[in-house]
Amino acid sequence: MNSSFGAVVEPPTAVYAVRLGDDALILAQRLGEWISRAPQLEEDVALANLALDLLGQARMLLTYAGELEGFGRTEDDLAYLRDERAYTNVHLVEQQNGDFAETMARLLAFSTYQLLLYEGLARSTDETLAAIAAKAVKEVAYHRDHATQWVVRLGDGTPESHARMQAGLDRVWPFTAELFETDPLEKSLTEQGIAVDRTVIRQAWQEYVSGVVAEATLDQPTESKPTETRSAARGGRQGIHSEAMGYLLAELQHLVRSHPGATW
Amino acid sequence: MSLVNAVNAVPPEPDWPLWEVFVRARRGLSHVHAGSLHAPDATMALRNARDLYTRRQEGVSIWVVAATAITASSPDEKDPFFDPAADKPYRHPTFYDVPKEAPHL
Repeated sequence: MNSSFGAVVEPPTAVYAVRLGDDALILAQRLGEWISRAPQLEEDVALANLALDLLGQARMLLTYAGELEGFGRTEDDLAYLRDERAYTNVHLVEQQNGDFAETMARLLAFSTYQLLLYEGLARSTDETLAAIAAKAVKEVAYHRDHATQWVVRLGDGTPESHARMQAGLDRVWPFTAELFETDPLEKSLTEQGIAVDRTVIRQAWQEYVSGVVAEATLDQPTESKPTETRSAARGGRQGIHSEAMGYLLAELQHLVRSHPGATW
Repeated sequence: MSLVNAVNAVPPEPDWPLWEVFVRARRGLSHVHAGSLHAPDATMALRNARDLYTRRQEGVSIWVVAATAITASSPDEKDPFFDPAADKPYRHPTFYDVPKEAPHL
């Protein structure tokens, strides 16, 4: 390992795989927090299923990143033994769950993005990334469906559920722009046919999300209107995170760091 | 649970209706009753059924039926319903010799 904090710094494809893997890993952790706390037992199981899908994607992506990096780091090394500054997930996935409506708003935004990303990545010139994405497409299509069903039901439900759904959407919205930010590393990978051009999938993302928001009788937050409590987020890809991330990692890493090599 | 979650947590909804789930294990078989679940409507019931009853590739098709839509025989009616068939062995095809050429009967 040749960087501080344990970051993966090269080759570029490994950096890219870690970005995608960290998004999946951190959202899996957040969704897992709902287990035993969802509105119904059935929803507990549903959210746990989604979390496990994401965890599976993270495992494959981090394993591949470790192989490309060539320092012998495993999926566990990368998932559990990096410092906060070495995680390159977007701020959207690290935010606290909020209420169920906010969790569904985030899931709608993220799974819509992730489905478009994986659909494109399934045609990547990198065969491993293409294979991982092709497997994940079906999973994520279900995630998007689950989020869509709930956003429509809560938005077009009672006055209380409508208000909560709108509030959840408003809170999540400022974090969505970061999903589509690119940088020279990804531009280069895109030119090589390895990565997906984030600017291209943004329009399709907007169209789908707007459709759901309209069907749910909700108002779409405007991009120029960050909410009172949260401003537009950025910096996640460079390892700059919000306060919530430290608490999340403490819980995620506690066991592994306290009992190195523990198994069951 | 964080303070935000504790304050905003959606209270349990005890009034989601009950749905009966029928799963077809593979093509050619009938749908078989797998269990029941709670869901706010039929669409969500189908999705919950997918998560609860087909996680280990148990099925290729799911039906959900509102439990209230099922008319069931009553245990009190068990005797008039089922006992009259008990002493009518001629309804079983046991008095035929099965030809050797028909191995799958």
